[in-house]
Amino acid sequence: MTTRTVLLGTAAALVLAPASAMAERERGSSGHLNIIYWQAVSTMNPYLSGGTKEMNAASVVLEPLARFDNLGELTPWLVDEIPTLENGGVAEDLKSITWKLTEGLLWSDGTPVTSADVVFSYEYCTHPEGGCSYRDRYAGIEQVEAVDDLTVTVHFEDVTPNPYLPFVGAGSVIIQRAQFQDCLGARAPECTDANFAPIGTGPYVVSNFRPNDVIEFVANENYRVPTQPYFETVTWAGGGDAMGAARAVFQTGEMDYAWNLQLAPEVIEQMEAGGRGELLVDFGPLMERIELNFTDPSPDLPDGERGTREHPHPILSDIRVREALSRAIDRELLTEIGFGPMGMATCNFIVAPPAMASPNNDNCLVQDIDRANELLDEAGWERGADGIRVKDGQRLELLFQTSTNAVRQDFQALIQADWREIGVDTRLRNIDAGVFFGSDPGSNDTYLKFFADAQMYASLFEGTDPTPHLEQRRCGREPQPSTQWQGQNINRYCNPEYDELWAELNREADPDRRQELVIALNDMFVQDYAHLPLVARGRVSAASTTVGGIVMNVWDSEHWNQAEWYRIEE
Amino acid sequence: MTETAKAAPFSPDEAFRPPRNQWWDVWDQFKYHRGALAGLAVFVAIIVFVTIGPLIWQVDPGAINIRSRNQGMSMTYPLGTDQLGRDMLARLMYGGRISVAVGLVAMFLGLVIGTLIGVVAGYFKVFDSPLMRLTDLFLALPLLPLLLILVALFRDPLETMFGQAMGVFSLIVFAIAITSWMQTARIVRGDVLALKEREFVLAARSIGTPSLRINTRHVLPNVLSPIMVSATLGIATAIITESALSFLGLGFPPDFPTWGRILYDGRDWIEQYPSRVVWPGVLISLTVLSVNYIGDGLRDALDPRIRGR
Repeated sequence: MTTRTVLLGTAAALVLAPASAMAERERGSSGHLNIIYWQAVSTMNPYLSGGTKEMNAASVVLEPLARFDNLGELTPWLVDEIPTLENGGVAEDLKSITWKLTEGLLWSDGTPVTSADVVFSYEYCTHPEGGCSYRDRYAGIEQVEAVDDLTVTVHFEDVTPNPYLPFVGAGSVIIQRAQFQDCLGARAPECTDANFAPIGTGPYVVSNFRPNDVIEFVANENYRVPTQPYFETVTWAGGGDAMGAARAVFQTGEMDYAWNLQLAPEVIEQMEAGGRGELLVDFGPLMERIELNFTDPSPDLPDGERGTREHPHPILSDIRVREALSRAIDRELLTEIGFGPMGMATCNFIVAPPAMASPNNDNCLVQDIDRANELLDEAGWERGADGIRVKDGQRLELLFQTSTNAVRQDFQALIQADWREIGVDTRLRNIDAGVFFGSDPGSNDTYLKFFADAQMYASLFEGTDPTPHLEQRRCGREPQPSTQWQGQNINRYCNPEYDELWAELNREADPDRRQELVIALNDMFVQDYAHLPLVARGRVSAASTTVGGIVMNVWDSEHWNQAEWYRIEE
Repeated sequence: MTETAKAAPFSPDEAFRPPRNQWWDVWDQFKYHRGALAGLAVFVAIIVFVTIGPLIWQVDPGAINIRSRNQGMSMTYPLGTDQLGRDMLARLMYGGRISVAVGLVAMFLGLVIGTLIGVVAGYFKVFDSPLMRLTDLFLALPLLPLLLILVALFRDPLETMFGQAMGVFSLIVFAIAITSWMQTARIVRGDVLALKEREFVLAARSIGTPSLRINTRHVLPNVLSPIMVSATLGIATAIITESALSFLGLGFPPDFPTWGRILYDGRDWIEQYPSRVVWPGVLISLTVLSVNYIGDGLRDALDPRIRGR
C-alpha cells in the first residue's frame, strides 16, 4: 500500500466516520446492555428506600426537574433553564422558586407531564403518615403551587438561600399523579405495581421487575430525545457479590457495567490489567463511617421501645467512651489496606465538596492509644482480669455489625484489634448486604433499625449542598416505629444546639457564611464523636471497554446520562 | 489310635473360651478395608490436628500483624498469612475445631432424631403414616430460607442465653440437624418394618417382652449398620452445610474462623494467593472423604452376612 492510498483512506474514514456514527446511533441501535448491581434492587420507588441502589435504578425511569452533572453543576433536566435570581425564577426575598417544565413532555404511557404531577410528588413524600426516605429534600416548604399546567412555584416557610433541593437530584424525582394518587401515606408500600414499575419520563421503562433479583428495561417510546436511548433494552441484574460483579465485567465480559466494586485494591488492579474493562473512580461525598448508637439496642426491651430514644445507650451515651473509640482507630492503615488509591482517611462528616470540608479535625488521623486509655480511665472503666474494662459490673462489650463484604470484614477485624488494645471487647456480626441495606421494616437486621452498638457503612448525599445531609441528624429524624423505621438519623443523635445551627444554615443566603456554618455543623457533630468517620471513598464502578458515553458522576445518580450510553462497534 | 485321640475336635480350652466381644469381629472385617483404614487414619489425624494442634502451635488465630501480610510459607508462618497478617495454620486449627464440632454434634443430633422417628414409625403402625408424612414435609423444606428465618427469630435470644459463639453454634447445629434427619428416619423405618416380622422378634414378643425392650435389645442392634453409615454421611453433610452458611455470611461471626469462612475470605485472593483457598478446601475435602470411607468400611464390617467374605 502506498502512502497516498493510506492518506486517502484516512481522509475517507475521517469524512465518513462521523456521518456513519450519527447514522448508526439511533434509539435502540446499540442493542442490549447488561448492568450488574451486586446488591439487588428491592423497589423502583426511591421514596420508599433510602438506598443508593434503588435511587440509581429508579434514575433511569424517574427524573427530577434538574440534575447535577459530573462537575457538580446544576443542569436543567425536565425544565428549559435553571431558575435563578437573575432570570427571575427565584424570588427576591428568597422565599420561592418557580420552575417551568419543558413543553411537550410525556410520561412513558403517553400522557402529558403537568405541574400537578410535580405538586403531587411533594405531597406524596411529605404525607404525615408516610415514611418517605427523602423527606429532608422537602423540609421547610410551606406550599408547592401549580401556577399553570407547566409552571410550579415552591413557597418556602422561610428565607431559603439554596432553593435547589426539592425536585433536584436523583433523590427527589417526579412521580406520576395518576399512578400514585391512591398510594399516599401508610398505603405507599402496598401499591406494589406502581412501586415496581413506575411510569416515568426517563429513557427506560420497566418491563419486568423481580424484587431483589433482576429488572428488565425497554426503551421509553415517548422519551423526549427522539434518537435516545441508544440501548434498546437493559438487564439490571442483582445479587452476588462485588467480586463476582467485577469478574463479570473484567474477566468474563458477560456484563457491561458493574456498580460499587468495593474490593481489595490489589485485586482490582490485577483485574483491570486484563484490558476488558476499565475502572471508573471519582471522589465525592461518599464516606465510610462507624455509627455509634445513642439508644439501647438490648433485645430485652419491648419491641416498640428497643432502639428508640426512650432508652439511652448504657455505655455510648458517655462522650469519653466515644472519643476513646475514635482515638483508638488507625485510619491511615484502614485506608491503605481497604482502599489504596481509592480512599482517603478522614475525620469529617462532610468530606466534599472540598470547600465544605472542615480543616479542624485532623487530630484523629493519628492513632492515639494512650489518650484513648486515659479517657476510658477517666470515665471510670477499669481493666478486668481478662484485660476488658468493667464498670459497675458491666463489661465494656460492644456489638459491631456491618454488611458482608471482604473489605468491611477486614476493617472489622482491624478495628476489633484496635479496640481490644484499649480494653473494649467487640463482638462482630456481618449481615448479607441485601438484608442490611434493605428497607424491609420487618427485618431486625437492617442498618435503619440498628439493633447493635456500632455499625459500619458508607453514605453520601447527592448534589453539592450538604444542607439536607446535615438535616438528617436533627432530633426526630431518626428511624423509629412511628415512621416505619425510615429516616436517616441512624445513630439517633439529638442535640438542640445542632438543630439551631442547622436552622441558621437553612436561612443563610451568603455563600461564604454558609460554608462556615457547614463546617461548624460538621465540627459540632464530629467533635461530639457522634459518629466516627473513617475513610472518604471514591465511587468505584467498572465498565466494559465496549460501552461508550459513560460519564461517572458522584454528585447525582451514576446513571444520570444513561440515555447517551452506546455500544462501541469494533 | 493315639493319633486320632490327639486330633479330636473337642478341646475344653476352646469350648470355654470367654465369648469374644462382637466389636472385635467388626474390627477384623474393618481392617481389611484399605480405604476405610486410610480414611480412619486421616480422620484421626485431622482430629489431632484441630484438638492437640493449637496446644503445640500456640499462635492466636486472630492476632493481626499488618507488617507480614500475604506471606507465603516460611518457618514463622508454616502455611503463610492472610490479608491481615493472621497466621493461616493457627486459623485452620481453630477453624477446624468449630467445623468438626459442628459436624459431629449436628450428626449426632440428626441421628438421634432420625433413629427415634424411624423406629417409632416402623414399629408402631399407628404412628407410621403421620411420622412419614412429617418426614416428607421436612424433606421438602429448603435449608437456606429456613435458616434465614431461624437466624432472624432466634439469634438474639440464643446469643443472650449462651453468648455469641455458643448461640450461633447451637443455632447452626440445630438447623443442620433439623434438616438432615430424614434420610436416617426413612432407612431405619424400612429396616425396622422388615425386622419386626422376623422370627426372633416374634419369639421375643410371644414371651411377653415389652416393646421398648424388643426395640433396644433386638431391633436396634440389627439396624446399627445403616445408622452408622448415615451417621458418617451426616458428618460430611454437616461440615459442608456449615461451610456453605459461613460462605454466605449466615454462619459464625467473622472473627470466628471456620473452614468455610476461611475459604470464603480467601476467595477474593484466589488468583494472587491460591493457597488461601487450597488449604481450607483440602481440609474440608479430606474430612468429608475420610468420613465417607470410614462409613463404607463400617457398613461392610457391621453386616454379619458380609463379614468374613
